[in-house]
Amino acid sequence: MDLLDTFFNVPVLVRTYPMLLWGLWVTIKIGVVSIVLGLVAGLALALVRLYAPAVLRALARVYINVMRSIPLLVLLIVIYYALPFLGIRLSPFMSSVAALSLVSAAYTAEIFRAGIEAIPKGQFEASGALGLSPRHTMVDVILPQAIRIVIPPLTNNCINVLKDTALASVVAMPDLLKQATQAQAVAANPSPLIGAAIIYIALLWPMVSMVSRLERRFGRASR
Amino acid sequence: MDRGFIHIRGLSKKYGAYTALQGIDLDIAEGEVVCVIGPSGSGKSTLIRCINLLEEFEPGSTLVVDGTPVARGAALQKVRAEVGMVFQSFNLFPHLTVLRNVMLAPMRVRGLPPGQAERRARDLLARVGIAEQAEKYPGQLSGGQQQRVAIARALAMEPRVMLFDEPTSALDPEMVGEVLDVMRALAGSGVTMVVVTHEMGFARQVADRVIFMDGGRIVEIGTPAQIFDTPREARTRNFLGAVLNH
Ligand SMILES: Nc1ncnc2c1ncn2[C@@H]1O[C@H](COP(=O)(O)OP(=O)(O)OP(=O)(O)O)[C@@H](O)[C@H]1O
Ligand SMILES: [Mg+2]
Repeated sequence: MDLLDTFFNVPVLVRTYPMLLWGLWVTIKIGVVSIVLGLVAGLALALVRLYAPAVLRALARVYINVMRSIPLLVLLIVIYYALPFLGIRLSPFMSSVAALSLVSAAYTAEIFRAGIEAIPKGQFEASGALGLSPRHTMVDVILPQAIRIVIPPLTNNCINVLKDTALASVVAMPDLLKQATQAQAVAANPSPLIGAAIIYIALLWPMVSMVSRLERRFGRASR
Repeated sequence: MDRGFIHIRGLSKKYGAYTALQGIDLDIAEGEVVCVIGPSGSGKSTLIRCINLLEEFEPGSTLVVDGTPVARGAALQKVRAEVGMVFQSFNLFPHLTVLRNVMLAPMRVRGLPPGQAERRARDLLARVGIAEQAEKYPGQLSGGQQQRVAIARALAMEPRVMLFDEPTSALDPEMVGEVLDVMRALAGSGVTMVVVTHEMGFARQVADRVIFMDGGRIVEIGTPAQIFDTPREARTRNFLGAVLNH
C-alpha cells in the first residue's frame, strides 16, 4: 500500500492530470510538426542524394551522415544555447522542432533512398521509354511502389521522433516529461512521472504493434 | 537508301574498357520491319537500347530518328514519345490496373484527357485480344497476356517506331504464338519495327530485312531469304546452323 501511495497516488494523479494532458498536447505538437517537416525534407533530400549533380549529391551525403552521427541532445543544445551567439535566437518550440526535423530528415532520406533503390530497374526503363519525364516517373510509377516498402521503417522513425520529443524538456519546453517533473515537484510525489510514462506507452504502443504487423505482412509478401 | 528514318553512323558503345558496339552503320526506312539476330552478348540489346537512349553511347556516334538527333536534353522526351519499346521482362507497372498501365503515358506525356485516354486504351486492349482483363492487375495475368498489355501500352503513345527486345524469350512456349500474332498484325500497320528475336520463323516470315550481329558489329544485312538461305559470311552460317538445328 505504501508503494502504491508513493508511485501511483490516485489523488495526486487526479490533481495533476490536467498538467500532464497539456504536456501531452505539446509533445504531440512538437512530434507531428517535426515528423511532417522531416518527411518532406527527407524525400527531397533522398532525391538530391540519388539524382542531383555530383556536388549536391556529395553535400547531401555529408548532411545525412552528420545528422545521423550527432547525438540529438547535443544538436538541440547547440541550437538553443549556441546559435544565440550568432544572433539566431529560436524559441524552445522552434529549437526542438528544428533539432528533431533536421535529424528525422536524414533518417527519412535514407529510408526513401532504400525504397526507391528497391524498385527494379525495368520500371525506370519502361517509364523512360514511354517518354515520361523524371518527375512523372517518380510520382506515378516509382514512389507509389516505394511507399509500400518504406511504410514500416517510416513508422519506426515516427516512433523515434515522438520519443525524442522528451528531450525538449531540457530547453524548458513544457512537454509531457517537463510537465510531469514539475507536477512531481509541486505534489512532492513521483506519481505524475509514472503517469507520464504510461501516457507515452499508450501513445506509442499502437504504432509499435502496427510496425510489427506491417513488417510481418510485407515480410511474408516479399517471400 | 542514303538517310533512313532511323539513321545510324559510326555508333559505338563501351562498358568501361569493354566495347559492346563498334562502329555500327545502319539506315532503316519508315514502315520497315527489321529483325536483329545473333549470339548472346553480340550487342543486339545494346543496339536497340541506344535508339531511345536507354544506353548512352560514345561521343562521335550519329543516331537520328525522324530528323531528331538522339541525345540527352529537351529533344529526348520527343524521341522517346515517338519510339515505343517492349522488353523481355514486360516491365508493366504492378501497382496500376492493365487499363491504367495503358492510359498513363498518353495522359502524362501527350496530355490526353482521361476519357479519351481510356477509349484509346480499351481499343488497343481489344486489338491485342485482352479487352476483358482491363480491370485486373498485371500480376493476375499470364506472361503472354502481360506482354500483350506491354505492347498495347507502347502503342498507346502512337509511336512511329517500335523496338522489341526478345519479347517472347521469357514466355512459356504455348504463349509465344499469341504475342507473335500481335506483332505480325502490327508489322502490316505501317509502324517501323526493330525486333531482337530468337524466333527465326518469325524473322523469316515478317522481316523486310534481317541483321546478323556478332562481337558488337553488324556482320551481314539482307532479306530473310538472303540471310537464311544464302548467308555470305561463315559466322552467319555457323550461328544459323547452331540455332536452326535445335
Ligand atoms: N550494363 C552493362 N555493364 C557491362 N557490360 C554490359 C552491360 N550490358 C551489356 N554488357 C555487355 O555488352 C555485351 C553486349 O550485350 P547485349 O546485352 O547487347 O547483348 P545481346 O546481344 O543482347 O545478348 P543476349 O542475346 O544475351 O541478350 C555483352 O558482352 C554484355 O556482357
Ligand atoms: Mg539482349
